[in-house]
Amino acid sequence: MIITFDIIILLFVVMCAVAAITVKDLLSAVMILGAYSFFMCLMWTQLGAVDVAFTEASVGAGIGTILFIAAVMKTTRRTRD
Amino acid sequence: MIISSDDIIIKTIARIFVPFIQLFALYVIMHGHYSPGGGFQGGVILGASLVLLLITHGYEEMRRRVPEGAVILLGSLGLLIYSGIGLTCLLLGGNYLDYSQLSVILHVDPAHARAMGILGIELGVAFAVMAAVCSIFFDISTGGILPEDEK
Repeated sequence: MIITFDIIILLFVVMCAVAAITVKDLLSAVMILGAYSFFMCLMWTQLGAVDVAFTEASVGAGIGTILFIAAVMKTTRRTRD
Repeated sequence: MIISSDDIIIKTIARIFVPFIQLFALYVIMHGHYSPGGGFQGGVILGASLVLLLITHGYEEMRRRVPEGAVILLGSLGLLIYSGIGLTCLLLGGNYLDYSQLSVILHVDPAHARAMGILGIELGVAFAVMAAVCSIFFDISTGGILPEDEK
């Protein structure tokens, strides 16, 4: 356990999570959510759960992002609220 | 509807990368009992390689290479492999998914039968997950309207 690494990663996770729900452009929100998934993947690896990290990287960052992009392309890119 | 990209760099890089991604996915599936990975992650990576082929080469090319019937068939085949191995163990007198009972069929000792049984299960899971990922992405990206329906 490297406490400095933990704090940096957790800081980035919180920043990505807050940015993903406040940004107005939905495509940017999807991209930030992908970055959030990668930081969570680093966090899982740091905690020793390599299998969970693998699933997070492939499903959360890979397939989840591309499904959200397909959904954004079929609907609208701007939020109304 | 996703049409084919005009950029030759994107198409060439995708065409070179797709076999390596699929090779890595097969490694993740086959090496799943010794290292991180397994049927689910390998199946997702296999599906992601087909999705990469779709978003670079377009819908028509993808349909020519991987027809819709093949995707449905692979998904059903994965489920059949999983439940078939489980039910075979049940018929041989053990519990559901008790792979050591397979030693009678495979002519190996129970420890080897367990290793082979979990490999079969992971292959089944990988096929089903790959078909599900492809099918969901096709349906979202086309909106459920196929080019055959529009004519």
